[in-house]
Amino acid sequence: MNGFDWNAAGDALPLLLKGFEVTLLATVLGTLVAAVLGLAIAVAGRAPSRWVTVPVRVVMEFIRSTPLLVQLVGAAALFSSVEPLTIGIVVLGVHYATYTSEVYRAGIDGVPKGQWEACRALSLGPRRTWQAVILPQAVRNVLPALGNYAISMFKETPFLAVITVQEMVFEARKYGADHFAYTEAFTLAGLVFLVASYPTSLLMRKLEKRLGH
Amino acid sequence: MATEPLPLQKPAAAAPRDAVPATAPRAAPETGPPLVRFDDVVKRYGDHVVLDRLNFSVRRGEHVTLIGPSGSGKTTILRLLMTLEKVSDGVIWVDGSPLSHVAAPDGSLKPASEKHLREARKKIGMVFQQFNLFPNMNVLRNITEAPVNVLGMDRAEAEDRARELLDLVGLSGKIDAHPSQLSGGQQQRVAIARALAMRPEILLLDEVTSALDPELVAGVLDLLSDIARNTDITMVCVTHEMNFARDVSKKVLMFDAGHVVESGPPEKIFSDPEHERTRAFLDAVL
Ligand SMILES: Nc1ncnc2c1ncn2[C@@H]1O[C@H](COP(=O)(O)OP(=O)(O)OP(=O)(O)O)[C@@H](O)[C@H]1O
Ligand SMILES: [Mg+2]
Repeated sequence: MNGFDWNAAGDALPLLLKGFEVTLLATVLGTLVAAVLGLAIAVAGRAPSRWVTVPVRVVMEFIRSTPLLVQLVGAAALFSSVEPLTIGIVVLGVHYATYTSEVYRAGIDGVPKGQWEACRALSLGPRRTWQAVILPQAVRNVLPALGNYAISMFKETPFLAVITVQEMVFEARKYGADHFAYTEAFTLAGLVFLVASYPTSLLMRKLEKRLGH
Repeated sequence: MATEPLPLQKPAAAAPRDAVPATAPRAAPETGPPLVRFDDVVKRYGDHVVLDRLNFSVRRGEHVTLIGPSGSGKTTILRLLMTLEKVSDGVIWVDGSPLSHVAAPDGSLKPASEKHLREARKKIGMVFQQFNLFPNMNVLRNITEAPVNVLGMDRAEAEDRARELLDLVGLSGKIDAHPSQLSGGQQQRVAIARALAMRPEILLLDEVTSALDPELVAGVLDLLSDIARNTDITMVCVTHEMNFARDVSKKVLMFDAGHVVESGPPEKIFSDPEHERTRAFLDAVL
């Protein structure tokens, strides 16, 4: 690599790590929103009333068929008084909830019919049936898939820079512009992503195997 | 003597449930009022009529076995009683009250709400062919989950009772095990303990030994004959095991094509059946 300025890279690192904190925060909170909201959508999707299921479907289709970037910019324009990071977390969470809800749905469908029947035979109410029997089994089945969505959300956090969230890539660009060292700053940012997400993927694969049977 | 004679009148107003305390000396099964009564029950799946105006009854404390060819509707009968399925027509009476209907002010019967069903179900327990234990809970939680959350039993009390039941089914050592760590026979015993923990008046058993390895069957059968002998639970069993019918039940009902072909004590049905259908069926399975 010709002319890679190691000094500039070392110089940029603290800034990037500061941005990385924001990246991590957005990923963790965004994943939390996606995990909880996705679950709520999946359970609502099984509601007996169409007044619940149809609106949920429509909103989900809308979110899934528009790009994340457009949703971010749109939400930031709509709620201009809200802090960009908050908007970023909510939009990421909601966007991914439309995917995690499908994952949960498959997990719920994967719980054998006999489990529902055992609950009914024991007169367990709907709340207890979901809480104690169905969801623990469904969530266990889908944990690896949820983990993989968390990783892809992590890699999409740079979009938040567009609405001025000072995450890692935002900082990299700023450093690059200020010191005319784009190559160094972006290479380093890429490396940080790699170092963080590769072991996490491996961990997920391991988890998948362990839960596999 | 084909089907069982039915009382000519429907039971009058439902007797309050506590009218017969469990400890009171009960009437001999041969003479008591029916605890379960199928009254012209029809069950259809689409165009397929599984039960066609079925009538039969089971008295309190009776142990009844349903036999009959595959597809004759035996499982369907148990699932209707457990309210896992809805009747297409007719009424099932349990202890003098309609099981899945409520009486409207004008005296007609309307399908009951899920909440009503949940209440009605409490008197009935079921053991499934595939056990259906909760794999995410250990044995103790499997047994205490419903008593604590449905009957509102104190957790400590429910656990004491679970220990007694595990003792009864011979699995005291497995209290902390998860279902996946148990053999089929052990899982089925836990499932029996789980059903008994709800103190049901009626226990439904659907081919509870047919998913078991042959060497595990005897243990479960012994346990069930034990329960049949030592409790006053009313039992309705479906089985292909004629030993089971003989050991556990006092009465066998032979079903075919959604009707009771004949009924009687196991010795009679197995050695000297009156109907050709029964004879052919027994020849095939024995
Ligand atoms: N959910 C369903 N949808 C459609 N048809 C059904 C359904 N459940 C049962 N049936 C049909 O109802 C009939 C009676 O089934 P059921 O399971 O009660 O028979 P069974 O006497 O228990 O037979 P087996 O001895 O094989 O267990 C069968 O013809 C079956 O195909
Ligand atoms: Mg069956």
